Order: sequence, then structure tokens, then C-alpha cells
Amino acid sequence: MILQLISFTAVMVLGVLVVLSFDPLRQVMVNGVFGLSLVVLFVVLQAPDVGLSELVVGTVAFPLVLLATIARTKETQRPK
Amino acid sequence: MSRRQRLTLFSVVALGLSGFVLWAMTDLRSFGDYAGTYGVLLNKVGVSERHASNVVGAIVFDFRGFDTLGEEFILFSSVMGVAFILRSSLKIKDQRPLDAVSNDATRTVGGLMVPIVLIMGLWLAAYGYVTPGGGFQGGVAIASAAVLVWTATSYRAFARLTPAPTLDAIEGAGAAAYVVVGLVGLGLDGAFLANFLPLGTAGTLASAGSIGLLNWASAFEVAAANILLYREFFQEYVQTFPGVREER
Repeated sequence: MILQLISFTAVMVLGVLVVLSFDPLRQVMVNGVFGLSLVVLFVVLQAPDVGLSELVVGTVAFPLVLLATIARTKETQRPK
Repeated sequence: MSRRQRLTLFSVVALGLSGFVLWAMTDLRSFGDYAGTYGVLLNKVGVSERHASNVVGAIVFDFRGFDTLGEEFILFSSVMGVAFILRSSLKIKDQRPLDAVSNDATRTVGGLMVPIVLIMGLWLAAYGYVTPGGGFQGGVAIASAAVLVWTATSYRAFARLTPAPTLDAIEGAGAAAYVVVGLVGLGLDGAFLANFLPLGTAGTLASAGSIGLLNWASAFEVAAANILLYREFFQEYVQTFPGVREER
């Protein structure tokens, strides 16, 4: 019960932090921590399969695609 | 619309919406109170009728195997869409960026992590119907190993290790194998995706019948699809790498 409370609070706080970070690069990093808190929540709620999905997608696939996009768009926005 | 008007509109909508949300929440079941019969039923028959000790695996690849087929093709078509959209912006076909990693720590730790992540991915996929995991999770983890190759070495090494034609073939074959297994079930047992293999002993790798085949089919498809996706984004990324445009 106390574990559920802690992990739910972590998800709530980190979720708000993701929304509040304005720099996209920082947002990707905060989002990674948010994903990790979701993994903990899923494990605490006895859903390890979903936890594993969130782990592999949230730590590699999602930030990678975002980082590549940020790198690309920053380049095109730079004045010549 | 002025800032004041926007704020007024927002507060009216936000108040109304939060009222509805709170109203809906008063009638919610208490936390952890599960009233569905389907879940209880599947939990009971997962091991006795399918010999799959991971009931989630039995649901994903057997009881609701048809849904997973749809999900496979969502991934399949989205990778195709990404390839179509990003390819148009690709002017230089074969770039050779000089992005070799100069940081020893990244090279060493990244290199060490490649086999660990690869084996973890294979293990997740292989034991998908025995312990938590499965073809999807395993496939994404295998693709992560390829990403680590790029992190620890260079884009050239990554591109050489993951030739697009081979990946295209693996992705297509994985998606097709899922349909073929379903059709074999239709032919032998009279229902699409029916479990037609001997069920074996629950808790071992030789269990759960054709769930194992579907599991591996999706593992190959997911791994190849993810690496193809990363390739497209990496190609976009290396275009911005210093020195790429000067080289050609």
C-alpha cells in the first residue's frame, strides 16, 4: 500500500514536471525519468509485462526518435 | 482574441470539464475492485488449457491473438509511413559522416552493454509465454542493442551491421509468418489462429503450443521494424552532423 502511494505520487509529480519543462531537450530527459516512474508503478501494481513494454519503449525508442528530431529541426532553424 | 478573452474562455471550459470529471469520479469503483468475469476466466484457463505460465502471453498470442495481428500491422504500416515521409527529404544517398566516438567511457560501457542487452532481448522473447516478457518487449530490446552499437561506435558501423534489405525481409517475413501460423490453425482446427501444436509442459520452453511460433514471429517483426525506424531517424540525424555536407 505504501509502495503504491509512493509510486503513484512519483508518477503524478514527474508527469507535471514533464509538462512544465519548456526546453525540448530537457523535456526528453525528464520524460525518461517519468517513464521510469511508470515502470515502477506497473511493477508495484503487479503488471510486469506492461512494465517491460514501458521500459523498452520509454528508455530507448521514444527518447531516441525525439532526440534525432530535435537535432534535425534545430539545424534547419539556424540562420545561414 | 485578446489574452483576457482567452483566459475567460479557458476558465469557463476548465471549470465545466473539471466538474464533469469530478462527477464521473464519484461513481468509480474503489481501487483494485475488479468485477469483470473475462479476466478471472482467462486467469484460470491460461495454464490449464494453454499450458502457458505467463497468462498475459496466452492472452496476447492466443485468446486475443487476432488483436495482436492488428497491432503487428499497425507497427508495420507506421514504419512504412516513416520511411516514405523521411525518404523524400534525403538528398544525399550514402553519407559517410565522421562521427566515431572519441569518449572512452561511452565506447567501453556501450560496447559492454551491447551483448548484455542483446541477450536480455532474446531471453525476453524466448520466455515470453513462461515468464513476463514476450515478442514485443524482446524485439524492442534487441533493437536497442543495435542502437547501442551506434552509441558506442559510429553510424558507419551501425549501418554496416543493419543492412536495410535484410531488415525489410525479416520484418515482412515476421508479419507474414504470423498470418501463416493463423492460416495453418484455420486449416487444421477450423479457426483462424487456433492453437494447433502439442501443448507440452507448462513452465518450460516446450509449452503453450503455437503461442511460441507467434511469439517469435512478432519478435522478429518488432526487432526489424524498430531498427528500420531508428535507421530512418539516424539518417536524418547524421545529415546535421558537422562535416557531412562538406564531404560531398
